[in-house]
Amino acid sequence: MKYLFLLYGPDGPLPEPGTDEAAAMYERWSAATGPMAQAGVLIDCAPVQPASASTTLRVRNGEVVLTDGPAAEIKEHFGGFTLVQCADLDEALKWAATLPTAADGSIEIRPVISVSPG
Amino acid sequence: MGANPPGTGAEADQLGAILRDHWWAAVASITRRTGDLEVAEDAVQEACAAAVTQWPRDGLPPSPSAWLITTAWHKAVDLMRRDALRATREAEAAQEVAGGLADPAGRAGQPIEPEGASGAVGDDELALIFACCHPALDPAVRVALTLRSVCGLTTAEIAAAFVVPEPTMAQRLVRAKRKIRQAGIPLTVPRLDALAGRLNAVLRVVYLVFTEGHRAAGDAGLIRAELCDEAIRLARQLCLVLPGEPEVAGLLALLLLTDARRAGRTAADGSLVLLADQNRALWNAGQIAAGERLVEAALRTGRPGPYQLQAAIAACHSTAASAEATDWRQIAALYRELVRYEPTPVVLANQAVAVAMADSAEAGLAILDQLASQGRLDRWPQLHIARAELLRRLGRRGDAAAAYELAIAAGPPGLPAAERDYIASRMADLATG
Repeated sequence: MKYLFLLYGPDGPLPEPGTDEAAAMYERWSAATGPMAQAGVLIDCAPVQPASASTTLRVRNGEVVLTDGPAAEIKEHFGGFTLVQCADLDEALKWAATLPTAADGSIEIRPVISVSPG
Repeated sequence: MGANPPGTGAEADQLGAILRDHWWAAVASITRRTGDLEVAEDAVQEACAAAVTQWPRDGLPPSPSAWLITTAWHKAVDLMRRDALRATREAEAAQEVAGGLADPAGRAGQPIEPEGASGAVGDDELALIFACCHPALDPAVRVALTLRSVCGLTTAEIAAAFVVPEPTMAQRLVRAKRKIRQAGIPLTVPRLDALAGRLNAVLRVVYLVFTEGHRAAGDAGLIRAELCDEAIRLARQLCLVLPGEPEVAGLLALLLLTDARRAGRTAADGSLVLLADQNRALWNAGQIAAGERLVEAALRTGRPGPYQLQAAIAACHSTAASAEATDWRQIAALYRELVRYEPTPVVLANQAVAVAMADSAEAGLAILDQLASQGRLDRWPQLHIARAELLRRLGRRGDAAAAYELAIAAGPPGLPAAERDYIASRMADLATG
């Protein structure tokens, strides 16, 4: 089963590449995603652009309605995702809890619907 | 029961009791075979309906449990065939039928015989209750789902217990069952490394089933007493299957000791009787002794926990010959330990009452006043009732009456009718005496 971890943390730009801050962040994430990759559960993991770059789309009465910004105004913003392949929710929860965002933000675990062509 | 037997009388009651006894094992077994709690529950429901018409006519089958599971399994296969959207599961089920009852868990060739046939709880039953109590489900729905899937109460009964309309409860239950399937909540007993955390969630649900039943009875009095019995039955079975877990024994002890006082808790007119004023002769001495033995054995393992401590406190109350003879020092000490596990305002308030009894009303009142000043318990009527009792004992009649007023202002929904009546009588005493 595939699970998408939606990583919610404080909004703001990522540290500048090449800085000590960026290196430290990279290390923290590698410490979590390395073992996930070794265990064969990690499919992909990436940050996304800040909430200010986001657009929320809804279709109402056949019309596309766009909103500037994220869907809800909260202190935490959707900041990235991790896609994993796990046996069940317990295994997914176990790995999600190892990610840095679990400590300073929150992670929404969404089961991915597998859509097969045809 | 899921399928209410037609007519009334001892025979129908007996049939209902038999069906309920086998409900958990049947739902658990079909859930494992189909991987779908929703299908399993519908199938067992249909099997129970079939039993209600067939058993009185053809006589009780040699093994009612095996009959129910076999019948439910055929119903489940039918249900899955009808559901075109679940093509994959249907293929698995068809394969299972063709392959002589092979199943995904690899128990191929095993005859349809419930592991719980002897009355003991098997892995399937444990797996089911762990799934119903999974922390990924909303806490309130865990209790309702356990009552439905494990205990076999009808949706109408559960709706009545929670005082919500039946369609609302039905929708909550369906949503929870879908979440179990869609989110991939495991239908297996948790691995050892996750067992402790998951077990806490299960014990919490069993405890909540009990407290839901133990709250002062209103119109739904009968159902509420039944909830207490269900909680004790669940705790007993968990105890049998997890004998190495002292908190499970602690929970069973707590429920037995609290339930033992049931008959003394309400007066003939249905009004609430406070612990100190209860007729101790009405308490169930055998149940108190059993609870006491359990909690002592659990504490001897040297792995204390909140349920064992609460049971020890309940034992102090239940074994005292009179309210005056209660060992309040011991109770205050136990509350001090309990605060380490559960530093909630409610536990602190109870500790304050114990301190008031062990040391002085002033000492207890000081703790309660501090809690009250933090404002976190404004909507918890018991805090104001406790303050009022201590103020009354200190002769501060005006302050006591004001505290009772606050208790009434705080509820409902926090304050059951029986407790409102009790406060009214206390206030009348203050006004006249």
